[in-house]
Amino acid sequence: MFALVDCNNFYASCQRVFEPHLRNQPIVILSNNDGCVIARSNEAKALGVPMGAPAFEYQKLFEEKKIFVYSSNYALYGDMSSRVMNILSTYTPEMEVYSIDEAFLKFKGFELFDLEALGLDMQRKVTKGTGIPVSVGIAPTKALAKVANKIAKKFPERTKSVYSIDSEEKRIKALKWTKIEDVWGIGRKHAQRLRLKNVFNAYQFTQLSDEWVRKEMAVVGLRLKQELEGRPTLDLEVPKNKKMIATTRSFEKMYNRIEDISERVSTFTASCSEKLRKQQSHCNMIMVFVQTNYFRKDQPQYSRNIIINTDFPTNSTIDLNYYAQIGLKAIFKEGYQYKKAGVIVMGITPNNETQLSLFSSSNPKHQPLMSVIDKMNRGYGKNKIKFGTQCLDRQWKMKQERLSKCYTTKIKEVIHIQL
Amino acid sequence: MKLRSLHRTATLEFYFPDYSSKLDLPFYDVGISAGFPSPADDFIELTIDLNKEFIKNKDSTFFAKVKGHSMKDAGIYDGDLLIIDKSLEPQNNKIAICQIDGEFTVKRIRIEKDIVWLIAENEDYAPIRVSPENEFMIWGIVTNAIKTF
Repeated sequence: MFALVDCNNFYASCQRVFEPHLRNQPIVILSNNDGCVIARSNEAKALGVPMGAPAFEYQKLFEEKKIFVYSSNYALYGDMSSRVMNILSTYTPEMEVYSIDEAFLKFKGFELFDLEALGLDMQRKVTKGTGIPVSVGIAPTKALAKVANKIAKKFPERTKSVYSIDSEEKRIKALKWTKIEDVWGIGRKHAQRLRLKNVFNAYQFTQLSDEWVRKEMAVVGLRLKQELEGRPTLDLEVPKNKKMIATTRSFEKMYNRIEDISERVSTFTASCSEKLRKQQSHCNMIMVFVQTNYFRKDQPQYSRNIIINTDFPTNSTIDLNYYAQIGLKAIFKEGYQYKKAGVIVMGITPNNETQLSLFSSSNPKHQPLMSVIDKMNRGYGKNKIKFGTQCLDRQWKMKQERLSKCYTTKIKEVIHIQL
Repeated sequence: MKLRSLHRTATLEFYFPDYSSKLDLPFYDVGISAGFPSPADDFIELTIDLNKEFIKNKDSTFFAKVKGHSMKDAGIYDGDLLIIDKSLEPQNNKIAICQIDGEFTVKRIRIEKDIVWLIAENEDYAPIRVSPENEFMIWGIVTNAIKTF
């Protein structure tokens, strides 16, 4: 059996734990640089704020409806997430942290346990111990656990936020209730195609023939069908190294000089290289892109990307920045107002599997240098040591105008209580 | 320090190891033969780990800074740092962080039938009666206060 435990409106709930006046109030959380809405409380959803809404377009609605707006505070969310996950990990030895706010728990050999009672216990312990409300879905497969979780979340009173699909009757009822577009792993395109075939809910999907599903949706679709039928085909996944690492940002304001953008590109490259070293990998391709402001239709628009193969696999900031700057020079055009740039490294291989090149290789002095830089930045704070191409003053601080405090990770910012 | 017993025999008791927090052990290099052995070698104790002494449930422990004087007779002063365990059940006479009508407060709680009283530890402050009209929640239990002199 599997359980999927999911935090309800996680980011908004994190804010609420430390700000009691937010109870029952609409809350939205903005992306990095305060660009667009990435999380909403139920109250904000009800007021019609869509996911991904650009903050500047909705500013008026926020004010009119008295919606509380926050910059994302990942120090807080990360700490609260690890508390939730730590408590959950005491229930079973097998757990997959699926995202910052959800985890699959596998219960193998728990036949003699009442899993629904266990689910109620973890729901209560996490909600009480961290202040973050969670919902628990229990079922024989991961895909059904997702469905069960949706039911628990939708009917908190009736289910006490825990729902278990433990009989054929419950499975069929749950699948009939689940709209096809809400099924885990079915994207918008597939949902559209399935509706044309008169498949409107998950149950109808399981009635299709295996051949059709395999032909139209490949083996991934077939696996999903079996999962929904109650036959486990997906196991917990062990964390793998990433296939791509990206750092992309919108700028605070628009820039038209290559010097300004070149600084951003080196900073993004440094960040990607650091992440590569952290997961002990090299890459052999780097992509750079630049973009003008899509929302300013009155200005000329331009966007372009370029992929450069490195001469040898590397994770040195010095090497990668060399290629990134060549790329930027190739795609940069005078006369545009640039709003966004990004760096993505690809072709990632673990350090011990890198393919050496016959004619060129990374300067052997880079590795020890990078490891000293990483160590110092870990110990003394992010970006204490930078490269000369990165800006040295604080001009580039991320826009976080509505940042809440780091209640759990900085002693100076803990809650203050008036007695 | 609480140890979890693993197995007990007539002469020996075994305990589960606890790796929950970092402990710096004093390092004693006695050498092999040179000189006299230190007379303290037999008396090496573990160093004191405050995390272990004061934080029983690390995942539900939070900190808060106090402002105001209403709890002075309980020894809680302006500027103290409180250690709060959210996982503990509210009990009569415990000092608790409460949320009442959208505000945080710290008071001693007295639980009577259907009524909760929030009692200040300062004669200038009257007890607060929590009624069903109040939006009320006990947020966590205060286990310790840290003072800096």
